[in-house]
This record gives sequence, C-alpha cells and structure tokens, in this order.
Amino acid sequence: MSASDIHIQDHHAHSHDHDHEHEHHELPWIRQYIFSEDHKIIAKQYLISGILWAIMGGLFSLIFRIQLGFPNADLSWMKPVLGEWIQNGKLDPEFYLAMVTMHGTIMVFFVLTAGLSGTFSNFLIPLQIGARDMASGFLNMLSFWFFFLSSVVMFTSIFISTGPASGGWVIYPPLSALPQAMSGSGLGMTLWLTSMALFIVSSLLGSLNYITTIINLRTKGMTFDRLPLTIWAFFITAIIGVLSFPVLFSAALLLVFDRSFGTSFFLSEIYIGGEALSNQGGSAILFQHLFWFLGHPEVYIVLLPALGITSEIVATNSRKPIFGYKAMIGSILAIAFLSFIVWAHHMFITGMNPFLGSIFMFLTLIIAVPSAVKAFNYIATLWKGNIIFTPAMLFSIGLVSFFISGGLTGIILGNSAIDIQLHDTYFVVAHFHIVMGSASFFGMLAGVYHWFPKMFGRMMDERLGYIHFWLTFIGVYIVFFPMHYIGIAGFPRRYYSWTGFDAFNTFADLNQLISIAAILVFFAQFIFIFNFFYSIFKGRVSSLNPWRSNTLEWTTPINPGHGNWPGDIPHVYRWPYDYSKKGHNEDFIPQDVPFSQTPHSNFPHEKDSQE
Amino acid sequence: MTTIYILAAIVLIIAILVVIFRLQVLSAVLKGRYEKRVGIGNDINALLFVIVFVVGVGAFWYSYQQASEFFLPAPSSEHGVKTDQLFWVTMAILVAAFLVTNALLYVFPYIYKYKEDRKAYFYPDNHKLEMIWTIIPALVMAGLVVFGYKEWTAITSPAPKGAEVIEIMGKQFAWQVRYPGKDGVLGNYNYRNIDAVNEFGMDMNDSASYDDFIPREMHFPVGKPVLLNIRARDVIHSVFLPHFRVKMDAVPGMPTHFWFVPTKTTSQMREETGNAKFNYELACTEVCGRGHYAMRFVVVVDEPAEYEKWKASQDTFASLNRDYAAEKAPKLVSLLPAKKVEATEVSAPSDSTAVPADTTATK
Ligand code: HEM
Ligand SMILES: [Cu+2]
Ligand SMILES: [Cu+2]
Repeated sequence: MSASDIHIQDHHAHSHDHDHEHEHHELPWIRQYIFSEDHKIIAKQYLISGILWAIMGGLFSLIFRIQLGFPNADLSWMKPVLGEWIQNGKLDPEFYLAMVTMHGTIMVFFVLTAGLSGTFSNFLIPLQIGARDMASGFLNMLSFWFFFLSSVVMFTSIFISTGPASGGWVIYPPLSALPQAMSGSGLGMTLWLTSMALFIVSSLLGSLNYITTIINLRTKGMTFDRLPLTIWAFFITAIIGVLSFPVLFSAALLLVFDRSFGTSFFLSEIYIGGEALSNQGGSAILFQHLFWFLGHPEVYIVLLPALGITSEIVATNSRKPIFGYKAMIGSILAIAFLSFIVWAHHMFITGMNPFLGSIFMFLTLIIAVPSAVKAFNYIATLWKGNIIFTPAMLFSIGLVSFFISGGLTGIILGNSAIDIQLHDTYFVVAHFHIVMGSASFFGMLAGVYHWFPKMFGRMMDERLGYIHFWLTFIGVYIVFFPMHYIGIAGFPRRYYSWTGFDAFNTFADLNQLISIAAILVFFAQFIFIFNFFYSIFKGRVSSLNPWRSNTLEWTTPINPGHGNWPGDIPHVYRWPYDYSKKGHNEDFIPQDVPFSQTPHSNFPHEKDSQE
Repeated sequence: MTTIYILAAIVLIIAILVVIFRLQVLSAVLKGRYEKRVGIGNDINALLFVIVFVVGVGAFWYSYQQASEFFLPAPSSEHGVKTDQLFWVTMAILVAAFLVTNALLYVFPYIYKYKEDRKAYFYPDNHKLEMIWTIIPALVMAGLVVFGYKEWTAITSPAPKGAEVIEIMGKQFAWQVRYPGKDGVLGNYNYRNIDAVNEFGMDMNDSASYDDFIPREMHFPVGKPVLLNIRARDVIHSVFLPHFRVKMDAVPGMPTHFWFVPTKTTSQMREETGNAKFNYELACTEVCGRGHYAMRFVVVVDEPAEYEKWKASQDTFASLNRDYAAEKAPKLVSLLPAKKVEATEVSAPSDSTAVPADTTATK
C-alpha cells in the first residue's frame, strides 16, 4: 500500500508544475483504468460488464430452452455444473423458474439498462455535445461501482444452496415475500432485493449526471434543436429513469419490510405451510402497481437509447437527414410521457376495477401513434438514400424491423378484451422479446459496431459483422416468431413442462425448433465476441471519421485522451443531419463547419449568428 | 420433419455466408489496393434484404398453415366468440401493416443501395406526409379502442341474476372448487379456519355452509351464466380456462370474479374435435412456485338436466366430515344430515393436501 501512496504523492507533485489548462497529469494505473473518472473508460467498463452479463443471461435461456424443447432428454450431463439442481437427469422445476427469473432480471436490468444505456450515454454524451467529461466524474465513477457491487451480489445469489430469486423478474408477492412459498424466496430474494437497491442507486447517479451534463455542458452553438437524436434519447431516458426507479425502490423497500419486519403492505389472509399468517389488510395488487410504474417505463428506458442510436446510424449510412427530426423528438417526448400512464395494461386481469382497465386500454393504444410515427420516419429516411451497409446499419435496419413487428402485437395485447386470453401466454413472450429484447439488443450491437472506432481507435471486421448480423437476424425471427403461434394456442409462460395438459400437448416439434435456433443464435454471438476482442488489439487502425459522420465525436483525435479535445472544444453551427446537401461537394457537412464555409449549399435562412 | 428442413435451411444460409466471405476476399484481391467507398458486400447485403423478405413471407405463410392446425378450437363461451373475432380482425389489420411496412423496409435498402455517382435526396421533412401517418394510425387505434371497450365492459359487467355461483380457490399446487348446494348460497369462510380437513376455511357456524359441496371436477351447465368467485389462499394464482377464453387472477386477500356463458357441452366438443377423450381443462397462469405448471383441473360442461343430476349426487362437505363440523359448531349439529355409510368417506376430497406436482400433471 505504502508504495502506491508514494506514487500518488509523486504524481501530485509532478502535476503542480503543469498549468491547469488540461488535465494532463498522469494518473496512477488504478485511477486510469479501474477507478477511473473518465467517461470513456467508464463507458467501456459498462460495455464489458454488459457483454459478460449477456453471455450469462443467454446461457440461462439455453438451459430452460433445452428443457422446453427436449422435455424427455436426460440432462445428467449438466450435473457437473448444476449439481443438485439436476435430479435423476431432470431439471428441478424450481431451478427452471430460478433460471427464468435470473434470465429476465439480467437481460432487462444488467444488459439492456446498464450495458446499453450505461455504455452509450456515458460514451456519447460528452463527445457529442462537446464537453470534456461528465458534469461529475466522481459520481459517474460511483455509479459504475454501485452497478458493479450490485452485479456481484446478484452473481453471488446464483450460487447459494437455496437458489436465486425464482418468482419471475416481476417478483410478485406473496410468492416473493414468503420463504415457505418457494426456496428462492429465501436468501435468494434477499440478495435480489439488495442487488436491485444498489442497482437503482447506480442508475440514479448515472441518470442525474446525464441530465446535468446535457443541460449544462453543451458547447457553444449546441442548442437543443441541434442535438443529435442519440442525445435526445439518452436525455429523455435519464429523466424517465429518475422518475420511475425510485418507485421500484420504494416497492422493494416495502417488500423488505413485509419479509423481515412483519408488516403487511402486500400480504393479507394467507394460509401457507400449514399455518395461517397474521398479516391482514395488505394488498398484493399494490405491489404490482408500484412495480409496473417502473416496469413499463423500464421498457422505454431500454428501448429509447436503442432508437436514438438507430436514428443516428440510419441517417449517417443513408447519407440523408433523418426524416422529421422535430417529429422524432416529439415522439420521444410523447412516448416518454405516455409511458408513465399505461402501466396497468400489465394488470388487466388482476381483478382491478374494470373501468380502470378501459382507461389503460385507451392510453396504451394512444402510445402506438408516436411509435408508428417513428417507424415511418425511419423508412422515409431510407427512401432515396444512398445506403451504405455497415454492420451498424444492418443492425439498425434489423432493429426497425423488430420494432415494427413487436410493436404491432402490442396493439393486440393493449386491448384488454383480447388480453384476457393472451395474458401470460407465450404470445406475450414473443411480443416483448421482439420489441424490447431483440430490438434493444440490436440497438446495442449497432452502437458497438458504429462507435467501436471511437472507443478503441480500430475497426471491427466488416465481413464477420455481416455474418453475425444475418445469422442473428434470421435466428431471432425463427426463435421468437413461432412463439406467437404457441401463445395463440394458449400455452402459458413460466411453465416447466406442458405435457401434463391435453390442451398444451402439441407443438413439440415447434418447441424443439425454437430451442435449436436459440442455441444457434447464442453461439452466433461468439462471432461478435471474437470480432470485438480481436479488433481491440488487432483491428485495422481507424481513420478520423470512418463513417463520414457529422457529429462532434469524430472531430476528436483517433484515440481521444482525457478531456477529449486536445485544443479548444469545437463550436457548433448547424444541426447534425446535413447529409447530401445540394451544392456541397461532399455528401456530409460536420456540425462544426460554419455556414460561411459552405456558401453553395446554404438555405436562405442559414446564416452564422453574429458572435 | 420440420426440424430437419429448418436445419437444412440454416446450413444453407451458413454456406451462403461463407461464400460471400470468400467472394469478398477475392474481389478485394482483384481490386488491389484501390480504395472504394463500398465493396461488393454492399450489393450482397442489399440483395439479401429482398431475399430474406420474400423467403420470410413464404415461411410466415407456411408456418401459419402448419401451426393453425393446433390452435384452440372455436371458443366454448359467448364472449369468447366475440373476443376471438376481435383478435382476428385486429390481427388482419396488423398483418397488412406488417407486410406493407416491412416490404418498404426491405426493398428500400435494395433500391437505394450506394452508387458512386448518385447523391441521396436531401429531404428533411414533409409535414403533410407526417400528418397523414399520424392521423391514420390514430384513427385505426380509435376504432380498435371502441370495439375493445364495448367487449370489455360487457365482459366485466356485473353477472346476471340467477347465474350459477361457483367458488374456485387456488393453492400450492392445486385448484379446489366449492358449490353452494341447494340453497344457492356459499357459506362464509375465513382463512383462519383453514386446516387439513377444511381447505376452504368454511365457517361451520354459518348455516349456509351445510349444503356446500367440494367436488373433484368442476361442472358447468351449458347455456347458463356461470359466475366464478375466485380466491387464493397462499400466493397469487390465475384461473385460466383456455377453451372458454376466461382468465382471472386468484389473489390472496382479494376475491375476484369472472362470469361467462358456456356454450358447448363436453360431449359436443368430443364430437366436434373428433377426440373421444377431450376434456376441458383449467390451468394456472400466474407463476406460483414449483408446481405452477401442474395445476390442472378437469372441467365438464353438461346439459342442464345432467348438471342438476350431478349436483344432486354430490355429498356435502358437512356430511363427509360430520365429526369435524360437530366439533366446530356444536350448536348447529341439527343441520347435519344422517350419518353416511363408511364407504363414501374414503373418497372425501380432503386428501388433496400437497399433491406432489408430478402426479397431478400426469393425470
Ligand atoms: C438467446 C436469446 C433469448 C432466448 C432464447 C430467450 C428465451 C426466453 C424464454 C423462452 C422465456 C420464457 C420462459 C418461461 O416463461 O418459461 C424468456 C423469458 C424472458 N426473457 Fe428471454 N430470451 C432471450 C433473450 C432475451 C433478451 C435479450 C431479453 C431482454 C429484454 C429477454 C428478456 C426476458 C424476460 C424479461 C423474460 C421474462 C422472465 C420472467 O418470466 O420472469 N430475453 N426468455
Ligand atoms: Cu407496459
Ligand atoms: Cu401457478
């Protein structure tokens, strides 16, 4: 320890000689790469953690997909890894539920909230608005380390003997409140709640930072109507997060009270394990309201950043302005607002007041309108473009396809009369995997392919990217599309096996096919993982602006240092989508090019403001 | 069989991709170090979008044909016919929207793929167009809301007078049902009364309890409104009657309801489906623990006459548990029927505590 102390002393002395203009002082290794306050490093930390979690979450889905696709298979070969969870060659039904729960939790929170939003908000916000770093580098660092702690706790819970939380990612009480109800509701649930509390702290620290940074640190000329749509998306996402995550926190807290201190917020009139509990007057439905008050906005917390990333990539690679920039912002705002008042569409059949159901059906179907506008605008952006298919572009088009396919089935589920039959069937699983899971996942992959050169100064291999895209894109449809059929046939979700029912004894072939496709899709991701890690070290060195993009991050050096721009921060003179403007010799005009330098392409109203 | 086809298709796709990969390498070599903005990969990707769309639509159509054979038979309830209709009409609209938007999404990349000598069309917005595609979805949604709302309010309206009242209770991991008996009134219950004999927590001091019976199958009369009084005693479960398009959560501490009119008897369904062993089933659709997947319960729909006969043939809970009732409510002993012969006692339903999940599943 003392050695490193001396190091720090050394560097302090050293840095005093410098002027304070840029933070050039050499930080010790640990402050540079581990406890770093640099937004770019933190972004990479989120990205790597996200990738690791994604592998784990995917692996879990394979375990239960094997069970569903091959219900009679002998699974003894998993015994070396799963131990007691395999009995007589069969997966334990409670372990099945544990896997489903962990899979859902990991994917939604750890991969697509932390891994997606954490990576790209951190990486892009300062770079695209022209800031040297986040408003508070220290809080930003804390945000990551809270996430890290949260990850450690969740990871630990997988290995305890009673198993991790198993009541579904929505952890409805009383199932989650009573250890008598299932073994995962014991220590596993305590760890789940602890982990989520840490996660929420992390998310709030991050979001507050994103919001402050976007409001306060925009470079000269970067008005709100010149912000790239990525930033708009991250901005609104952060606001949604700040408003909704605390509600989950309170729900979790009340659940902790019910579990450990004998309160009755969610518990009432329960007879379990041979005894009548004393709890009375609580409401199990109250928890669901609180949960979905976060849970639904969470869907957009996951999706909006992906849509923002896609807007940027589609415009850049169509060599065209994004169609309807203002309408895109408007629809993000509308979606964000509406996302707070549709939560009870997850609860149509909980016995809540039917009139409430009508209201929520109405509000839910309204949200389809701004979503439709977004989809149409993407398609209109492609129209008459000059399209370059980078892997990022392919994944973005894939995202739009999923957003449409999955969004459409939402219209069915939002209709309370129809939802009676489809609620908690595989139709729902199909719907949300396509619109939320796959779409956001594709947004994340698109973002990695697109900004990899900025992150690591090197290019990823394109051909591997193409192969990765086509396998994944086709595979995802093969995995999730047939689930609609299974859902229409009434198959309930979170079922360990359907063979006990005459009604659900069909579709064995189809389930097998889905499982096989899922395994293939999973392994196809290793093409990406190989490409990613290989390219970090051995990729072709990137040029300054490999995609000929307009946004500010491409005005930094190939490997931007601490502070991002070695000299002054560039000023911004125009919106980010001047692609293929008539009269200009190139098909793009970066945001830091003044109108005075592009006299032939300016519209009459486009003049540099007097400075 | 389908699996093999699909596997073959996947192998084919991989093979194509490998070829592309090789081609690209070759063309790069041929072109030497000449820097072009896009390679042959651009054209291939553009083409693949169109191919994937055409093949995809074909696969959609084919898979639908294959799968629809296994969809549930036509609904056996009045409201189910209407919600199914709503589902399929909505679905038709959505499939149309799906095909149109996806066609554009996959064809544009092909038509507008990069060409060296072309410049994209600078086209930042068009308010008219945007208005149109805001208003059209809005109108369609409005229509869907109206129909959905009408159906939903009808389904969730209070049950008609004279509906058959049946209580159904979920517990880990079985369903239990209770019929009100001759008086048509279910006796009171309290969860504190629950024990190994009295699974419902029936209040034996309520005289309405004495003709209640707890059968091992649920029976409905055809053509008559049935009102399910739904509750749970440990965790949340959910009553799902797929053939009737009925679903409602069973929540501890908060009784819920669902009423509907069954329209087809079990024997009628046996004829229609050509399956002599057909049975209506009840499943659980809210995860409730280890045996969630095994909460099966058989439902029988009878002609009204048969139904009345079946009801009359059931032994009441009180008659099957005379001693228990007498002990709990000594003052009401007079309500107990005459003592039954021993033999029936064996078939008392109080044996269902903690049925191991697997045995219920393989009924
Ligand atoms: C390899 C790809 C994936 C496969 C094969 C897969 C498969 C499945 C299946 C079959 C279920 C339902 C299990 C059951 O109800 O018994 C499920 C649940 C779920 N999945 Fe995935 N999934 C994948 C990726 C994702 C992604 C990317 C997300 C991100 C949103 C996600 C989120 C969820 C959630 C939230 C649940 C619900 C968990 C619960 O019921 O508590 N999955 N997954
Ligand atoms: Cu929602
Ligand atoms: Cu259940």
